[in-house]
Amino acid sequence: MTPVSRRGVLKGGLGVACSAAAHPLMSTMTMAATPGDARLVVIVLRGAMDGLDLLAPVGDPAYAALRPTLGPRAAETGLPLGGGFVLHRAMAPLMPLWQAGELGFAHAVSTPYRDKRSHFDGQDLLEAGTGMDVELAAQRDGWLNRLLQAIPGTEARTAFAVGRQEMRILRGDAPVYQWAPEADIEITPQAQLLLERIYEPDPLFSAAGGSALELAAQLGHATLPPLPDGSRREPLAAFAAERMNEEARIVSYSLNGWDTHRNQKGALTSALDVLQRSILSLKDGLGANWSKTMVMAMTEFGRTARENGSGGTDHGTGGALVMAGGALKGGRILGRWPGLDEADLYDRRDLMPTADVRAYAAWAMRGLHGIDRATLERAIFPTLDMGDDPGLLA
Amino acid sequence: MTLFDGPIGPDTYAAIRYGYGFPARGAATAPGEMIAGLHGPDRMRMAFPKAGLPEAAAMGAAYIAARRDIKKEIPDADARLKALWQQIRQAQYTGLLADFARIADTRTPFRERLVHFWGNHFATRTKGRQSHACGPAFLDEAIRPYLAGRFADLLKAAVTHPVMLAFLDQTSSVGPNSKANGDGRRGLNENLAREVLELHTLGVGAGYSQRDVTEFAELLTGLTFDLKRDTGMVFKSKLAEPGAETVLGVRYGGKGKAKLSDVYAVLDDLSVHPATAAHVSRKIAAHFTSDTPDPSLTSAMAATWRDTGGDLTAVYTAMLNHPAAWAGFGAKVKLPREMLASAMRGLGLSGDDIMRTKAGRGRDWLMRPLVAMGHSYLGPPDPSGFPDEATAWVQPYGLAQRITWAMTTVQMVKTKGLAPDRFARDTLGDAASERLLWAVTRAETREEGLGLVLASAEFNRR
Repeated sequence: MTPVSRRGVLKGGLGVACSAAAHPLMSTMTMAATPGDARLVVIVLRGAMDGLDLLAPVGDPAYAALRPTLGPRAAETGLPLGGGFVLHRAMAPLMPLWQAGELGFAHAVSTPYRDKRSHFDGQDLLEAGTGMDVELAAQRDGWLNRLLQAIPGTEARTAFAVGRQEMRILRGDAPVYQWAPEADIEITPQAQLLLERIYEPDPLFSAAGGSALELAAQLGHATLPPLPDGSRREPLAAFAAERMNEEARIVSYSLNGWDTHRNQKGALTSALDVLQRSILSLKDGLGANWSKTMVMAMTEFGRTARENGSGGTDHGTGGALVMAGGALKGGRILGRWPGLDEADLYDRRDLMPTADVRAYAAWAMRGLHGIDRATLERAIFPTLDMGDDPGLLA
Repeated sequence: MTLFDGPIGPDTYAAIRYGYGFPARGAATAPGEMIAGLHGPDRMRMAFPKAGLPEAAAMGAAYIAARRDIKKEIPDADARLKALWQQIRQAQYTGLLADFARIADTRTPFRERLVHFWGNHFATRTKGRQSHACGPAFLDEAIRPYLAGRFADLLKAAVTHPVMLAFLDQTSSVGPNSKANGDGRRGLNENLAREVLELHTLGVGAGYSQRDVTEFAELLTGLTFDLKRDTGMVFKSKLAEPGAETVLGVRYGGKGKAKLSDVYAVLDDLSVHPATAAHVSRKIAAHFTSDTPDPSLTSAMAATWRDTGGDLTAVYTAMLNHPAAWAGFGAKVKLPREMLASAMRGLGLSGDDIMRTKAGRGRDWLMRPLVAMGHSYLGPPDPSGFPDEATAWVQPYGLAQRITWAMTTVQMVKTKGLAPDRFARDTLGDAASERLLWAVTRAETREEGLGLVLASAEFNRR
């Protein structure tokens, strides 16, 4: 018999072989000290999301001139959030969350990364969580891993890096698990049973192998049920929610497609559609656990205030942070608006950052996980000044 | 229940912990002979050659020229660029196959293990298509000739190799007050200096300051390499910061023109620093014996390092003569490339068989799985190299890739009636437990039984 997809035999009644009870570590885990109930999801939006199109400042007098084609469309189709800002139309399915206080934003934020505007360096810095005083090449681990080290009772499966893409944000001394929802194991049912016997005396292989076989047996995204509104469930979020309904408390994954140099109208709509479905998939998948969840979607930097000649925008500085979750006190746009007059722009071209995006993440961890301020400002985000409490949590 | 049934004999330690597994193919099992195998001609390098730096750099230079010619709209430039990219990819691919072929055929597997240990200690990665052909030359030119001599010589070769200079931005570092920086538009890049101190020598916990890093970086100015022109590292005193520099309290240079010998002098001193002895000894011991190596083992190695001025043969001998080197079998997990290499060796593939792997198959069978397992052939994402601890590799996604690779490899490779239990005994020796032998004979097919051996914890540990 040739190896078949593990998924293909799911309905064959062999699920018993990979039930939790088969893995001794799983039962000990549930009895050990637990890392608490709060769930934190960090979505890395790779490619630099245009915060000025997501949350268009249509009330700012300079906006229309900077955005000759994108501006009128935003003014016409955007969803008013108050304060002169409109939310991009593609995010409309999230409006019930906004009204329920489960969606919020921070505007004009950035990491400490400046001037070179390289995606890779910018993402490295975002994931390392350090300032520019540490050379990029010298940054070895990610801030979510340092968070894990500050939470008692964590183990590898407390944190999941979801997807095939490497998540440097989770890299470091604390062991973490990685899985891609579309991944599979080429193995027959009989070989799987035998492999479980083979791994049995080895706790490390038994736990990781057991999880791998179990995860591979779960439904792939081709067969995911649609969301309540009929739209496609986003597979990374669907998987993340399943893990967080079990033992995982910290999850990170990437959504790509934000580098909108040309035809931003279409490109940003597609990217935002994935983001809103991802958030709704988390909410739907988490059920009651949504109330204990905080989602933070952050990007390496924003985009130029001025539209370019191809209906797009180029690499900039200040951008926006998207927050969601039942644990959030949302329905607000946080931050200090710097204005868009030429003199107010960073380098006369980009939205001026008025806050460090890491400060919001730090306040979230302060509230969700009870991490003290000294640990946040020194160990997790070295050299960060958290500033005043924005009161992020409900 | 334990993973291994009984005591593990020295032959198994020698083959699996210090080599690439059984069959031993005549490899030595006594420490003295294992050490002897590190010296003498590098037969495996000669048997399976790779492009050297001059040849690889010439491909890169031609690639850059073709790209420039495309901009000038010179008619055949597109075709030239395409052909050169093929050549570069081929050189890179030959490098990958040669590393596996050398492991498959070697009679001195400890030597090959050390090549890859040091290759990861001095981790490099090429950036940009024009430089990819140079990648494989690093192990051959900077590591292989030096791994049994003085650490000072290995350090100098690795730190000043063009692939390292490019990777850690030394090629863009210029002394702020140098002749080359008359207009003040260029400056110092501290990357290489910092990594040499933090990763290659003293270790991050050692007591060096930012001032040491900066002055060391100033001392390194002058070292450079230009792919478009050079066939090796060059030292240009007009790029160098004038004057003496003080690193860890010692003054270097300062009299007359900046010289390469000043750079070598600081590397010589770093190579025998007690912090280097402790940091690198521990790293070797951790790689071979345990993620938390026996402190008496690491201190014996570090003492030997200090006593011998960093004679690596003496340090390896101190390790192999220590009881902890022959205890706690299976504490380490094979890195993905080691797992693949030991599987090839176990399945009886010869170096020539491996070199004949066609590019398309090599991509599916070797390159992509290594990337998915997190151990890309192109190199690690950052200068600290690939992780070495078991927990970094044995997690669901990585293990799923190993299992899938094991199950597909036994279908692809001719195994001529090989029985799974026999295969387990032949590849694992006394590390094959009764439980493993029981399980693999119960597989539905012979191939599946072989795949289970390769996927087993026993096979993936050392």
